[in-house]
Amino acid sequence: MAENDEIVICVKGLANRFGDQVIHEGLDLDVRRGEILGVVGGSGTGKSVLMRSIVGLQATAEGMVEVFGESMNDRSEDEAQDVRKRWGVMFQGGALFSTLTVAENVQVPLREYYPDLQPALLNEIAAYKVAMSGLPSEAGPKYPSELSGGMKKRAGLARALALDPELLFLDEPTAGLDPIGAANFDLLIKGLKETLDLTVFLITHDLDTLYAICDRVAVLADRKVIAVGTIPELLSLDHPWIEEYFKGPRGRVAADAADRNAAGDEARHKADTRV
Amino acid sequence: MMQQAADFTIDDAEGEAPVLRFTGALTLAQTVGLQDRLTSLAVRPAKIDLSGIDRIDTIGAWLVHRIARDTDAEIVSADAGAQHLIEQVSAADHPLKIRPDRTTPFLRVLGEMGDATIQAGHTLKGLLGFFGAVMISSWALVRHPSRFRVNAVVRQFETVGVTALAIIGLMSFLIGIVIGQQGAVQLRQFGAEVFTINLIGRITLRELGVLMTAIMVAGRSGSAFAAQLGSMKLAEEIDAMRTIGVSPMEALVMPRVIAAVVMMPLLGFYASIIGMIGGGIFCWISLDIPPVTFVQRIREVVPVTDMWVGLVKAPVFGLIIAMAGCFQGMQVEGNAEEVGLRTTASVVQAIFLVIVLDAVFAVFFTSIGWN
Repeated sequence: MAENDEIVICVKGLANRFGDQVIHEGLDLDVRRGEILGVVGGSGTGKSVLMRSIVGLQATAEGMVEVFGESMNDRSEDEAQDVRKRWGVMFQGGALFSTLTVAENVQVPLREYYPDLQPALLNEIAAYKVAMSGLPSEAGPKYPSELSGGMKKRAGLARALALDPELLFLDEPTAGLDPIGAANFDLLIKGLKETLDLTVFLITHDLDTLYAICDRVAVLADRKVIAVGTIPELLSLDHPWIEEYFKGPRGRVAADAADRNAAGDEARHKADTRV
Repeated sequence: MMQQAADFTIDDAEGEAPVLRFTGALTLAQTVGLQDRLTSLAVRPAKIDLSGIDRIDTIGAWLVHRIARDTDAEIVSADAGAQHLIEQVSAADHPLKIRPDRTTPFLRVLGEMGDATIQAGHTLKGLLGFFGAVMISSWALVRHPSRFRVNAVVRQFETVGVTALAIIGLMSFLIGIVIGQQGAVQLRQFGAEVFTINLIGRITLRELGVLMTAIMVAGRSGSAFAAQLGSMKLAEEIDAMRTIGVSPMEALVMPRVIAAVVMMPLLGFYASIIGMIGGGIFCWISLDIPPVTFVQRIREVVPVTDMWVGLVKAPVFGLIIAMAGCFQGMQVEGNAEEVGLRTTASVVQAIFLVIVLDAVFAVFFTSIGWN
């Protein structure tokens, strides 16, 4: 397989336009295997459009998108299916199928790609996926309309993880969650990433999420990715927007919180090793 | 690198505990072929050996965990990654219901009937309350004519009335032809073909013109009212209006009600005329009755009360259609699916109520001698 093991997503010279409005122009971005890449940018800079371009929901005007080393431009439907099996996408509102229960939603990708799975096994898989996404078991037989916003997101995550993907796309996973729920969701993503060896493409506005779980951060501005790197690396760039983003009042609070958590984690880690 | 197919063997040499040995990639794609054999294991393994696997995902981990759980087998030679996955999966081993509980069919039917009855009662009560609210708003408009929203009403005149002219005209024209043609076939048996004109004139003016128009308006405008107000309700636009101090009844409902009440008689009359034209053209071509004779005959046989019957019914139908649409739209709560359900409900209710009222009117007008 002509697959570069290091780079999972490779975007080169991407351009997107809606009529006269130019969203992206000459956008380059690489996502490495096994990292959590946070994508930030002001409202309207085309973060979601970028994700939609990568997963093939948005026809791009120019440029090249490769996922797992295979070009996503002009692929036949059959070839695209092979790549789709290897990723999971979680949309902002969960995008659950409203006529199916949570458990059935999780089973949809499994049924689609592996129709030979035994019903009993299918149900067991749905059960542990739902539990791994942090949902209580009462949530299984509920319909999406009976769930809260946070539960819908978790159910959407469970469905995205149904096929044990290598690559996970998350569109604002913590938007609209209360701080406790958002922090739990961050931990959940980090835990799952470590357990399942995931590469995560994460769009967010949440500074706490960036500090807590992202390995690298890509900053979208002026129609392209202006910088990619760890937060300290980005801060050393002296770009006014990045400065304002991370060093504004909210950014400082998030940074302090991240420091405190890191110290706490270390202490906890020491305690763990003693046991 | 191709993934090696997953497989397993059972070593049950005599005197030793049986060992289940997995090899290859224990991943979702690979284990689908193993599931039947795994569920019908001949022996209970005492150990599960994972030393031969080169990949594992949660499905593989789950299968291993399930066998270990069901047979109390010990998992050996798992590397750190596999160990971690199996721990995570076993921590997530909670039974889960896939669908809500099902009751017995008899109880379910009984329950659904009860629910439907309660629902119908609520709808009737709500509709009555809404009728009251419309009346109060109308009275407020009469007392304060300055609150009358001319622009909104004119806009609704256009969408309910003017843009419906083409489709209602075409529909009525065709219905006129069908009445003429079917009537002629039957009346020919008695040699009374000329009475086709009576049939066309009276039925279009008295019944079909207004009734078909009402059905068309319910489908075109009643559904649009429900969908518009429903999506505004979802987007909290209506709540926003209330907090600003704009009454949604006055700003949204009244213009639609007024438009439907005013436009229905006009459209109904227009439909009757076009229907008669369609019938007239059929008579001309098929029965050789010239238009002049057709018009003369219509004036002789159709009493003017027939037109009044149609025109009296029309605004009432318009009121019913607008109220059903707006009422259902305002009932939308929760999700986008509701908008679809409520829109359907508004059309069904409007057409049902229109036909019920049409029957009441038919009895009423006959009893006062307008026949």
